[in-house]
Amino acid sequence: MIHIIDYGLGNVQAFLTMFKRLGLEATRARTAEDLVGVSKIILPGVGAFDHAIQLLDQSGMRPAVESLVVNDRVPVLGICVGMQILATSSDEGRLPGLGWVPGRVRSFRSEERSASLPLPHMGWNDVQLKPDAPLFTGLEHDARFYFLHSYFFECDEPSHVAAVASYGLDFNCAVAAGNVYGVQFHPEKSHHFGAQLLKNFAEL
Amino acid sequence: MLRPRITPCLLVHKAGLVKTVGFKVPKYVGDPINAVKIFNEKEADELIVLDIDATVNNVEPDYRMIANLAAECRMPLCYGGGIKTPEQAKRIVSLGVEKVAISSAAVENPGLITQIADEIGRQSVVVVLDVKKRMFSKDYDVFTKNARYNTKRSVFDLAVEAEKLGAGELVINSIDLDGSMKGYDLTLAEGIRETVSIPITILGGAGSLTDLEALIRTCGVVGAAAGSLFVFKGIYKAVLISYPTLVQRDELICSLRHKS
Repeated sequence: MIHIIDYGLGNVQAFLTMFKRLGLEATRARTAEDLVGVSKIILPGVGAFDHAIQLLDQSGMRPAVESLVVNDRVPVLGICVGMQILATSSDEGRLPGLGWVPGRVRSFRSEERSASLPLPHMGWNDVQLKPDAPLFTGLEHDARFYFLHSYFFECDEPSHVAAVASYGLDFNCAVAAGNVYGVQFHPEKSHHFGAQLLKNFAEL
Repeated sequence: MLRPRITPCLLVHKAGLVKTVGFKVPKYVGDPINAVKIFNEKEADELIVLDIDATVNNVEPDYRMIANLAAECRMPLCYGGGIKTPEQAKRIVSLGVEKVAISSAAVENPGLITQIADEIGRQSVVVVLDVKKRMFSKDYDVFTKNARYNTKRSVFDLAVEAEKLGAGELVINSIDLDGSMKGYDLTLAEGIRETVSIPITILGGAGSLTDLEALIRTCGVVGAAAGSLFVFKGIYKAVLISYPTLVQRDELICSLRHKS
């Protein structure tokens, strides 16, 4: 069963609706007790980095999720801020991230090439895939997704970059490190492109 | 490349969808949920739904309707109408809405923009400014309460203020051109693009895909929003929901690709 972590951030209902349409079983997890029979985890999110970490702590689910991901190697997919908190740290906040994908979250404003562009980076952007990125099977041509963010993930390890998008500069919009995956865009609001990605994740 | 957004804007009045002309004479065009389903099938870039009764009737947003729309909507959704407090905005986001639009309340109480941005993040705060051209001037007045009240404040001043206070996006809505299908006010659009550095969406006047293209040529990456264009067909304005295909959208933005 795919468990969507409901820690008060992101559009949990949109994921449930999408998985239902795909004919895949998914459920909402609100407490650590809900995390039984977990085959996959989705960590949604929207908003600020520290706020996301705080809410995850307050939800009481963090130790259980960490154990599932780190010890049991359950595949996890972070979305938007849910992806950013996979990093070691963020320029947006003071709290440490989960550290599952070594890297730092940075602001477009801090980069000369993107500082003058409108922020947030909002709308549909084309995505260039790295070869053999399993999340993107079937999306090799013409992949585009909906973005809404002002910070981006900078990986310490280049092999963790699964896809890049361009907004003044080329930034990592998808990461993959072992069983840990993250995407900066919103597959739950990206029509058939997003549906295919979530299906790929479910079938990993 | 970041693509310009092509955004249907749907108006809710007495639980039905309507389309206005000059903010007046609402014409019934169908059921909101049904329209959302059609735009899902057409894979629209995003959707704006504005309840035009809530503020003038001084009632709470219709949370049940919003929840139903959000559950159905498979594209990013922006809801506006009747939002006066950060708590209301937070509740609407929790129903599965990506962006919350405020208009009259933001103009009357600009601090609300900051309060809502602090609660839900500035990326989800959309400020809608309804504007009319000033006589014998290049400036535009901002109106509130469905164009009933002239604040006599310049759209450019309020745009700067909204950005400073925490708006993540501006929707500039031309009262003069609403429902006219004569094309966007490109001078206004260009002026706003040069004034702020947050994403902008232009609404009012689009009557053809050529009009969308003209706006995209003028402003680059912009939101091109429209009502009539996507709900009416033909000179007699028969109600028929339409939306450009992915291929048509690629053609619309090819002028941008050549530029970059």
